Amino acid sequence: MRPFDYVRATAPDDAALVSGQIIAGGTNLLDLMKIQVMAPETLVDITRIDGLSDITTEGDGLRIGALVTNTALAQDARVRAGWPLLSRAILAGASAQIRNKATTGGNLLQRTRCPYFYDTSQPCNKRRPGDGCAAKGGEGRMLALFGTSEHCLAAHPSDMAVALTALRAEVEIRTPHGDLRRIPVQQLYHAPSDRPDRDTVLEAGDLITAVILPAPLVGSRQGYRKVRDRASYAFALVSVAGSIQMEGDMISRAHLAYGSVAPHPWTDGAVAKMLEGQKASDALFARVADALVPDRAPHPDTEYKRRLLRRTFIATLRQLTGLADTSGTDIARTQS
Amino acid sequence: MSDTFTMDSPQPRLLDQTGQGVIGTPMNRPDGPRKVSGQACYTADAVTEGVAHGVLVRSTISRGRVTGMDLASVMSIDGVIDVITDPRMIRNPAQGMAGEAPVQPGDAVHYHGQPIALVVAESFEAARDAAQRLTVHYETEEASVTPEGTSASETDDPETAGDFDAAWQAAEVKVDLNFTTPSQAAAAMEPHAAIAEWKDNSVTVHSSLQMIRFNKKELADTLGIDPSQVRILAPFVGGGFGSKLGLGPEAVAAAIASQRLGRPVRVVMTRQNVFDCVLRRSETAQRVRLGATQDGRITAISHDDTVSNLDGEGFSEPVSQASQFLYGADGLSFTQTVARIAATPAGSVRAPGEAVGMLGLEAAMDELAERLGMDPVELRLKNLPDKHPMDGREYSTRRLADCLREGAENFGWAQRGAAGMRREGDWMIGMGMASAARSSMLVKSASRVRLTGDRAVVETDMTDIGTGTYAILAQITAEMLGLSPERVEVRLGDSDLPGASGSGGSFGANSAGSSTFLAARKIRRRIADLLGCAEDDLTLQGGRARGLNRDMALADLVQEELEAEATIKAGKTAESHFSSGFGAHFAEVAVNEWTGEVRVRRMLSVMSMGRILNEKTARSQALGGMIWGIGAALTEEMQNDQRDGHVVTRDLANYHVPSHADVPGDMQVLFLEERDDWANPIQTKGIGELGISGAGAAVLNAIAHATGHRVYDFPALPDRVIAAMEVEI
Ligand SMILES: Cc1cc2nc3c(=O)[nH]c(=O)nc-3n(C[C@H](O)[C@H](O)[C@H](O)COP(=O)(O)OP(=O)(O)OC[C@H]3O[C@@H](n4cnc5c(N)ncnc54)[C@H](O)[C@@H]3O)c2cc1C
Ligand code: SF4
Repeated sequence: MRPFDYVRATAPDDAALVSGQIIAGGTNLLDLMKIQVMAPETLVDITRIDGLSDITTEGDGLRIGALVTNTALAQDARVRAGWPLLSRAILAGASAQIRNKATTGGNLLQRTRCPYFYDTSQPCNKRRPGDGCAAKGGEGRMLALFGTSEHCLAAHPSDMAVALTALRAEVEIRTPHGDLRRIPVQQLYHAPSDRPDRDTVLEAGDLITAVILPAPLVGSRQGYRKVRDRASYAFALVSVAGSIQMEGDMISRAHLAYGSVAPHPWTDGAVAKMLEGQKASDALFARVADALVPDRAPHPDTEYKRRLLRRTFIATLRQLTGLADTSGTDIARTQS
Repeated sequence: MSDTFTMDSPQPRLLDQTGQGVIGTPMNRPDGPRKVSGQACYTADAVTEGVAHGVLVRSTISRGRVTGMDLASVMSIDGVIDVITDPRMIRNPAQGMAGEAPVQPGDAVHYHGQPIALVVAESFEAARDAAQRLTVHYETEEASVTPEGTSASETDDPETAGDFDAAWQAAEVKVDLNFTTPSQAAAAMEPHAAIAEWKDNSVTVHSSLQMIRFNKKELADTLGIDPSQVRILAPFVGGGFGSKLGLGPEAVAAAIASQRLGRPVRVVMTRQNVFDCVLRRSETAQRVRLGATQDGRITAISHDDTVSNLDGEGFSEPVSQASQFLYGADGLSFTQTVARIAATPAGSVRAPGEAVGMLGLEAAMDELAERLGMDPVELRLKNLPDKHPMDGREYSTRRLADCLREGAENFGWAQRGAAGMRREGDWMIGMGMASAARSSMLVKSASRVRLTGDRAVVETDMTDIGTGTYAILAQITAEMLGLSPERVEVRLGDSDLPGASGSGGSFGANSAGSSTFLAARKIRRRIADLLGCAEDDLTLQGGRARGLNRDMALADLVQEELEAEATIKAGKTAESHFSSGFGAHFAEVAVNEWTGEVRVRRMLSVMSMGRILNEKTARSQALGGMIWGIGAALTEEMQNDQRDGHVVTRDLANYHVPSHADVPGDMQVLFLEERDDWANPIQTKGIGELGISGAGAAVLNAIAHATGHRVYDFPALPDRVIAAMEVEI
């Protein structure tokens, strides 16, 4: 680790914010600093800023401060009742100890888990644009299926961000000039293009202040299905977040997002269109799954993700629409 | 000096007659409270005044030569003291029981990740920063990094018994199967570490090591000094699993740096260093052929394998070890190929051989049973040979049949039903089983016991790598001397003490337990003398000595310290009798029909492994082994880049040991009563590795039963299970 300066910001308009790299829970940033994938000269600790650690109601929705810990958010009674999908996605990630430290803002901004990004002996465009991409032609089990560029094939690892995307949440950003803007979670992320080092649209000094959850779909069934290489404490191979509203056996609304398959939480508007207004059936889900999954994987090692995503999509929809016998499976019904 | 006892004939079961009643009991570890309260001094904790911190620099090429280093690039970093290269440095840890220096490569680079220098600084952070930033110049050479890609491989002559080819030709029912297992890491919780300090002409090295007697010679040979100038200390070792059998690069680098700088130097490997340069378990490609008659008598067994290692390493994963003695046949044949590749070298990782070989063998047995329409338990019961099929030795004791029957009974095996039939929602449920076997050894070992009044001290350089050595040596001594175990102090892990076997190959308790037993036995004789009775007439119990018509408190009888040292080594019984632990594993799994995820729902293992010295630590060993089996079956896979061979899974977020959620709450272990008279004077067998041997196969066989489809490339990750299920949806 390189020596660094440490300063504390005390208010959202603290001038210190523009002077260095923000640190919140530190669970991602410090790991990256130890292996010198990131080497900021100054850390700006935002954890003393007042007013960013609360969950408050906003209309029929919730406003979640950027410093609310993953644990606090997953445990919140309102979240568990109205947005159980979020609670489940968070609890499917990391470990209890990490979730106790990890924050809402930090979770959204955690960096990829591509192993070559973590190994400074390997070229990586995300670390240094123009160096090349060692993952191409390397071990690619964790890479993305959609939205990659020739410069970077990495996937975004957050579970929480996938749930927030399915729930149509927005991120509130404060610029150094004091402007507040809100953008859908998905728009926080950049497609990799030729600058994979830029994960997000944030500019220097931008502070995430909150995440805004709109009212949940009334009577929706929500679920987060995460498939991974061990039962706990592993990043997703693929995940599917869904919030489904039914009228009888007909799907009226389908809000879906897919994790660990793209540089950001993936969505596909055509899928919702194919589902909405239709009667839930295995044949429908198989057809829609075919439309969702790409014809080719960008890396031979992620070929399996096509099949796995297809199967996980179908399994999740079967659960959420009541086709499946859900004994022992991960599903929650919101209170209507 | 102590005279050496050679195990030439069965010995009386003295531990069954002594009557103190502590042997075998589930006594808590005496070192437990210190460990959980942070007071146990592990290597990296043994920091002394003025210590400097070293971090190993890794090579970033797979083969070639270091032509230079830009020292200027790091010497300006605050706190950096020196960048050390030295012809005595080693490229990787010594193999177990080497007793001599491992390869000292000089400026040559043999694999990506090889330690090539040590940066020393006033703080660990500065040293790590410099190690990261040091610019190294190389001359690179071409190298093959995969077993498939290399032309350098050695194939041994087959080991055979009978005529395999004829038996295979004639077999009525056959299975001929190929399996692969990936490289695996020991992944001990405590990273490899050393602190070295020179005084006068001698060096004292704290290092996390398993076999002090050998490590001392390894370090002396490496440094070119006499073993009498070396002292090694390892009172606590935070897990080893084979990865700390041999002296490591960190200890050598610390010793060299400390000598050069004239101050103590501490080198703690980062987790990435551990993955890069500590010996891994080799990947394997296995071909198993089993032939049988229609009624299920096995007539032909062949288990061929390819493993890998770096040039110059004598070790090769003994994949077919258990296949050579578990079942009988008319013809048996075993051939190994070792592929030479430029990658992190391979060595012993818990149950070398059985841990991966039994995955192939026992999966093939399952498939043979299926082919025969026979119950898997029945097939095994029907094929237990009378003698070791390869060399004709008698089995010392073998309660495998009892393990299989009791396991089946206790697990509810009779309810198993046909494959692919049981479901709960999206989950398919299946049961599987496998035999367990792990050969057991006695290795030369010495201990000293001292008794004053009713307090005893045991001294040996034996290590406790988390297994419970402190507990069992206290129990053996207490049992022999009629003391409560709190009255026995055990001192371990110091090369100045009598040289024990060390911890490895499951022989620690057999060997160090026996030498301690023999030393205590000598003390018993001396007590008998003091009391004036024959040893046979002596009873030591509750701190009192009774014999003929005298009855005295030891505190009164033993006024002056009694001291005895004893050494044991293997003898004729090892030539006439083959000793092995045996057992049977049973597992129930649920497999998700959509996602291919596997969850182990319950596991039961019945084991017969000689006398149990401590019911609690033995159970922990068994359970730990079974969990390793789950890891091998489902989660653990080290990935190497196919281009330069570097380790891709370099931390515990990427190398997946089983998490708690992978281990079912319902894990049962049953021990069968057994005494192995041919093994050693305390009638024990090795227990540290039996739990893993075969355990993963039970899980894999359960997957096959749940789904009706078998995975042949392990671990059974979700995508591989899906591929096996084949059903397009
Ligand atoms: C072993 C391990 C396993 C894990 N497994 C999972 C998993 O399965 N699923 C999963 O989703 N996650 C997982 N995680 C990741 C974990 O969720 C993240 O590390 C955590 O959420 C990051 O939050 P933090 O507050 O600690 O962020 P930090 O490390 O403090 O910061 C991360 C980044 O966000 C920036 N930042 C933080 N807050 C703000 C803000 N308010 N405004 C602007 N910038 C900000 C920082 O500058 C930094 O670049 C795992 C982590 C580890 C170490
Ligand atoms: S995929 Fe992206 S993160 Fe991974 S090595 Fe390539 S550029 Fe770097």
